[in-house]
Amino acid sequence: MAPIFRWGFMGLVLTLIYIPILVLVVNSFNASKYGIKWGGFTFKWYEKFWNNDGLMTAALNSLTVSIVAASVATVIGTLAAVALHRYQFKGKALLSSMVFVSMLTPEIVMAISLLIVFMALGIKLGFISLVIGHITFCLPFVIVAVYSRLKGFDMKMLEAARDLGASESSIFWKIILPLALPAIASGWLLSFTLSLDDVIVSAFVTGPGYEILPLKVYSMVRVGVSPEVNAISTILLVVSLVLVVISQLLLREDK
Amino acid sequence: MNEPRALLNLNHLSKTYGSNRVLDNFDLTIFDGEFFTLLGPSGCGKTTVLRMIAGLEDTDTGSIQLDGQDIGQVPAEKRPINTVFQSYALFPHMTVFDNVAFGLRMSGVAKEEIAPRVAEALEMVRLGDFAQRKPAQLSGGQQQRVAIARAVVNRPKLLLLDESLSALDYKLRQQMQIELKRLQRKLGITFVYVTHDQEEALSMSDRVVVMNKGKVQQLGTPREIYEQPANLFVAKFIGEINQLDGEIVAVDGNHEYEVKVEGLQWRLHAEHNFKAGDKVNVLLRPEDVRVEYIDDPHPDQYLVGEVVERNYKGKTLDSLIRLPSGIEVIASEFFDEDDPSFDYSLNQKVAIKWVPGWEVVLPHEV
Repeated sequence: MAPIFRWGFMGLVLTLIYIPILVLVVNSFNASKYGIKWGGFTFKWYEKFWNNDGLMTAALNSLTVSIVAASVATVIGTLAAVALHRYQFKGKALLSSMVFVSMLTPEIVMAISLLIVFMALGIKLGFISLVIGHITFCLPFVIVAVYSRLKGFDMKMLEAARDLGASESSIFWKIILPLALPAIASGWLLSFTLSLDDVIVSAFVTGPGYEILPLKVYSMVRVGVSPEVNAISTILLVVSLVLVVISQLLLREDK
Repeated sequence: MNEPRALLNLNHLSKTYGSNRVLDNFDLTIFDGEFFTLLGPSGCGKTTVLRMIAGLEDTDTGSIQLDGQDIGQVPAEKRPINTVFQSYALFPHMTVFDNVAFGLRMSGVAKEEIAPRVAEALEMVRLGDFAQRKPAQLSGGQQQRVAIARAVVNRPKLLLLDESLSALDYKLRQQMQIELKRLQRKLGITFVYVTHDQEEALSMSDRVVVMNKGKVQQLGTPREIYEQPANLFVAKFIGEINQLDGEIVAVDGNHEYEVKVEGLQWRLHAEHNFKAGDKVNVLLRPEDVRVEYIDDPHPDQYLVGEVVERNYKGKTLDSLIRLPSGIEVIASEFFDEDDPSFDYSLNQKVAIKWVPGWEVVLPHEV
């Protein structure tokens, strides 16, 4: 008896979570435009997306922003994590708790505050403001990923390296970096995913001259969900899924 | 034996953490080529001394001289000193070879010189076939040996070992003790070993310093420290010891005293200067205590006690004997092969004595 309930309950939960996504994915291959009934298998929505210059530009913009933002956030975040782990300085405890606070800050709050800052500083809304905004919300995720890996290390290892004649920079390049690499890569992938599908912050801090995919999709669905949107969403889903799986595998690798 | 040459001088080292004085005006000279051990309970400052020598810890006051040169301001990475850490601290992402080669690469040793030197070091710790393994694929004892190879390959003037055997199980530890000692003789490098294990200290060292609360309690050869402890702390820390109360009755000159112990008067030798009426502790190692059947004829003076516990230890029979004063004495005796019935029963009255001169008489401490 019990197994039936157990599996039944799990099935119910999974169904509730995944049915909408499944419908979307199925419809992206549905020849029937309105997606209410199955009109046969097709790739034409993907083709339409590929041939739509406006959408493709937005997609390329999105990729550019995500790659730049994830990379910068990873560099800053890794250095911040190393500093938090290795050095004692004033305000260290405050800094590390602020990292968590910024992770939990509602996105809308972050979006508005970023907008205010950009306006106050006179930064034109567009690529630069978008990248800065994305770096801001990606940063804590990188810091947490790298920091928690560093914390798992035997600190004596760094002393051993010094004892064997390694300078500060050698310790960083030969010991810390190789050991933290899986976490750094995972932090980058996570940042990239977060950046790629961000809507709220992007909506506030980008200008009309620089369109990115999630916003473009958002404006398209306001006039009705077109099958093209299903195709784009499916691609985003697959990309995100692959990256998240890779990042999890990297973190799981033994130390 | 040549006159020993001072390799390392520690002068008036002090260190305070908050209100805790870990090291108090600490002086020490370590000779070239010796196996030296810092022995003491945890928190006695021995590891702090080691870390100061390595350069991993700053000194509040005092100076450190290596080969006559002050190295106090030389950073750890520039000191010709290497450390074997308690947790081994091997680099998990590198092979055994790369671990051992690390120090050579850091100091810019020529590439073609590195491989043979690493191979030689690994051979020395009998890990020649393990060069391409990762540390996680090795047993604790093997990791330990990699850590040693990684340090000695740099041919340091001084090798520091921080409780390096404590993570190993008993049997492996004993084996490594012998191996370390052998390695030290072969390399001729000065070893400074830190441990809280007195047995380890006694069996490996040329000289031992016993520390407590940041101060030197006694410095000497293992034998001096075991047989002539300078104070009660050293006596109790190094192995088991029986402590009897006594009082000086008369001074016979030349460090000979008449001492009243357990109601009887004994003629004892002491290194300290006492005067009549001084309270003393008379200390006896369990293996120096002689127990005899009370019915046997006794030409000498003896104490009478009652066996309250007997403990079969395999090699020895340890008996706990209560004296009339209530003090309990442990006697550790080897089995007599010719006397298979050798044993005592509980509550049996026995005679206790010791070889004159094997006792240690110290000023009375509580």
